[in-house]
Amino acid sequence: MARVSVTVNGNAREAEVEPRTLLVYFLRETLGLTGTNVGCDTSSCGACTVLLDGESVKSCTLLAVQVEGREVTTIEGLATDGEMHPIQDAFHRNHGLQCGYCTPGMIMATASFLKETPDPTDEQVRESLEGNLCRCTGYQNIVKSILDAAGTMSGAKA
Amino acid sequence: MAITEKFVGQSVLRKEDASLLTGQGSFVDNLTLPGMLYLAVVRSPFAHARIVKVDVSKAREMPGVVGAWSGEELAGEWAGPLPMVWPITEDIKTSDHWPITRDKARFQGDGVAVVVAESRGIADDAAEVVAVEYEQLTPVLDLEEGAKDGSPLVHDELGTNAVVHWSHGGGGDQGVFDNAPVQLRLRYEAPRITPSPIEPRGALASVVPAMGEFTLWTSTQIPHIARVTLSGTTGIPEHKLRIVAPDVGGAFGAKLNVYAEEALCLALARRTGRAIKWIEDRSVSYAVTAQGRGVIHDVEVAATEEGKLLGFRVKELADMGAYFQLLTPGIPELGGWVYMGPYDTQGYWYEFTGVMTNKAPTDAVRGAGRPEATYVVERAVDALARHVGKDPAEVRRISFAPSHAEAKPSLMGLQIDSADYLPAFERALELADYDQYRKEQGARRESGEVKQIGIGLSSYIEMSGLAPSNILGALRYAAGGWEAAQVRCQPSGKVTLNIGTSPHGQGHDTVWSQIAADELGVHPDDVEVLHGDTSISPLGMDTYGSRSISIGGAALVVALQKIKDRARTLAAHELEVAEDDLEFRDGAFRVQGAPEKVRTIPELAASAWTAHDLPDGYEPDLTAIATWDPKNFTWPFGTHVCIAEVDTETGATHLLRYVAVDDCGVVMNPAIVDGQVHGGVAFGIAEALYEEILYDEAGNLVTGTLTQYLVPSAVEMPAFELDRTVTPSPTNPLGVKGIGEAGTIAAPPAVVNAIVDAVSHLGVTDVGKPATPERVWNAIREARGGGA
Repeated sequence: MARVSVTVNGNAREAEVEPRTLLVYFLRETLGLTGTNVGCDTSSCGACTVLLDGESVKSCTLLAVQVEGREVTTIEGLATDGEMHPIQDAFHRNHGLQCGYCTPGMIMATASFLKETPDPTDEQVRESLEGNLCRCTGYQNIVKSILDAAGTMSGAKA
Repeated sequence: MAITEKFVGQSVLRKEDASLLTGQGSFVDNLTLPGMLYLAVVRSPFAHARIVKVDVSKAREMPGVVGAWSGEELAGEWAGPLPMVWPITEDIKTSDHWPITRDKARFQGDGVAVVVAESRGIADDAAEVVAVEYEQLTPVLDLEEGAKDGSPLVHDELGTNAVVHWSHGGGGDQGVFDNAPVQLRLRYEAPRITPSPIEPRGALASVVPAMGEFTLWTSTQIPHIARVTLSGTTGIPEHKLRIVAPDVGGAFGAKLNVYAEEALCLALARRTGRAIKWIEDRSVSYAVTAQGRGVIHDVEVAATEEGKLLGFRVKELADMGAYFQLLTPGIPELGGWVYMGPYDTQGYWYEFTGVMTNKAPTDAVRGAGRPEATYVVERAVDALARHVGKDPAEVRRISFAPSHAEAKPSLMGLQIDSADYLPAFERALELADYDQYRKEQGARRESGEVKQIGIGLSSYIEMSGLAPSNILGALRYAAGGWEAAQVRCQPSGKVTLNIGTSPHGQGHDTVWSQIAADELGVHPDDVEVLHGDTSISPLGMDTYGSRSISIGGAALVVALQKIKDRARTLAAHELEVAEDDLEFRDGAFRVQGAPEKVRTIPELAASAWTAHDLPDGYEPDLTAIATWDPKNFTWPFGTHVCIAEVDTETGATHLLRYVAVDDCGVVMNPAIVDGQVHGGVAFGIAEALYEEILYDEAGNLVTGTLTQYLVPSAVEMPAFELDRTVTPSPTNPLGVKGIGEAGTIAAPPAVVNAIVDAVSHLGVTDVGKPATPERVWNAIREARGGGA
């Protein structure tokens, strides 16, 4: 067993894990943060996307022991004081989700993307989602949600 | 105070979203029970092999393993085989499908033994050390070879792989196929695809041993059908078995089934006295979850020299896979009613032969039979247009059946509820700038540009809203097609709906709330919608076949009407007037001529609950329940237009535009309907361009992960441009038709027709599906006379 200390959604967490434990299962099963979903076994679908030190990563591509001492943000850590993050709100207002299974990964990937690209084009948004698969929406309303969120977020900053 | 605002027809934002957006969804793998064990299934690496010996002793000895069993050792767990509920002919040949096979492995991934252990990792590790001795057999992989006498057999006892033959029986004048001025003979193939919901399947069974009571949480579309059929497989009495479909992360037909692992979780919970969880890996999903399509069509088209369609005669070979799943043999038949498309023809014939193969079972995948049919019809219409030298738009225009607002018999034997094909068609062409793209196509052909433009049309009709129970009975389906809803007006003014449909992304909570809000004069936020749990909503037939709104919504309307009838009686009693003196207006009962005398439904619900002063014989509490059995299917239709740019040097296709004009009758929530079309079209584009399940010559699955099976991303998808026409359905009180599958039915021929159209001037007449760059490039090369 290996000891892992990590900051998750602003809280210091520590646990003993099997060395082979993937970050996504550490989050889901050790810490009980089940908002991060698993959709494949080849790091293709992006459902498990979280932020590691503010940048999006697929949490199935890392071992829990690799994030020792670092900061992880999951979908559960995005809303503040019960208020949805502007990205979450934009997905709601633009019908950017149907079954909702890919949604946490989509939102976390977007959080990272909009930080780097605050005023994206439609094409840039689509390219940013290349590693996140959705089977319900045909991506149309996801793209619309992200462009909407970008507008809201840059408006809030201005 | 009554709510006077109307919500039906508005894009009301979804009530379902908040938990899903914040990571608080209740997907099966998010659920944990005390003492829970994990199930792993040992699966055959061979497509076809006799099982000589299964040795689980090493697995049993591993620390953390609670049990390991072969198929033979589990035989006593089963009261019956896994269900197949649609034996479509009297002489269909079927064999028993057990949750773990005992004699032979019949496809790569067939379960041969199981392990349960304290953790997922231990269960997987232990499955690795189960020793199975196989004697490999020749696999049956080719449909046409497999159907022949003398082929190796998937099920020896059946004596053939061609286990079912069904014919529509023909309609109209069969003479057109011999006498028509134009007769075309065409062949189309559709490869297998896999539904690929982003949440794979999963199940969790719990048991209260002293009571013999079981609960199964399962990622399913069909909790009610699963309850009665899993009771039959496991022997757990139906009243001791509760099925819960929690949040379900997409399904697309993958979860319109009853699978071995669901039965195994229940049986092993019974055996161990502990909760059992099983979660499907993506690679397991691609190996064992029911796939779709896998068909070959031979088509005869009859037409006039002007290109007016006179008839379709279709013979289909359909790949059933290794076992019949829940609906397997009936899936081609579902397409068997729409091989005339939206056209006014004189002759109709459809028949199919189902062939068992050593591949994963097939069953419903979004559209189920109707995408296969529409692909054939719409590809053939374009072939006809090329043959007679007409614009494909013109051939369709002169061939459409006339409009009608009431049900009308069709050559195929069923009645089409309502239709008005031409306005949707003309609107689609207008929106897509059809004429302009034809001009641009001409210019590019003229100048011989590398990138050529093609315009693909697809005009479809769909049979949705499954289904009238009497028709299902006539078609030998084992259950009915009705739906149910219960409405309770709570004493505090809130409303609870217990509904029989089982959504997995379609937004039933929101839409059913809208309908109830309008009828009862309350706000949608004051309505809760409960579903997907056989203890909470015991009545229902679940969600598939674009049935939920047209049948479940209709059941809700009937239940709401019962509520209002009861409320009216009570209002008349309290206001001391005759019931006829009341009108329900602006969300409340009002006395005609005395508008100050008012009772709202919430007020009456409180009165009915306290029951202090009720009319004689009036039952307390404002509750009603209703079922609805439709008299007909609903028949959505529309036209889709795809503008594709094809690189004639590389074969690569880029979709420039995608226009969809659909008619699904009256629309309850435009944003949700648009979302269904977006997803449906994307599914169809994926089928046309990217997705294909492939097995090698030994029956090994080649496309076993998302790195080989190409589910497209946002980069590959165009923006969709949508519009609608509205032709109300006379089949149900809402005037609605289904819309969940329309996009998937319409899109594949629109896309492939566009590609063929782009390169038809080079001599290309067909490109196989999916139309990969390699296939397009080869088609161009062959048309140019071969050679690189």
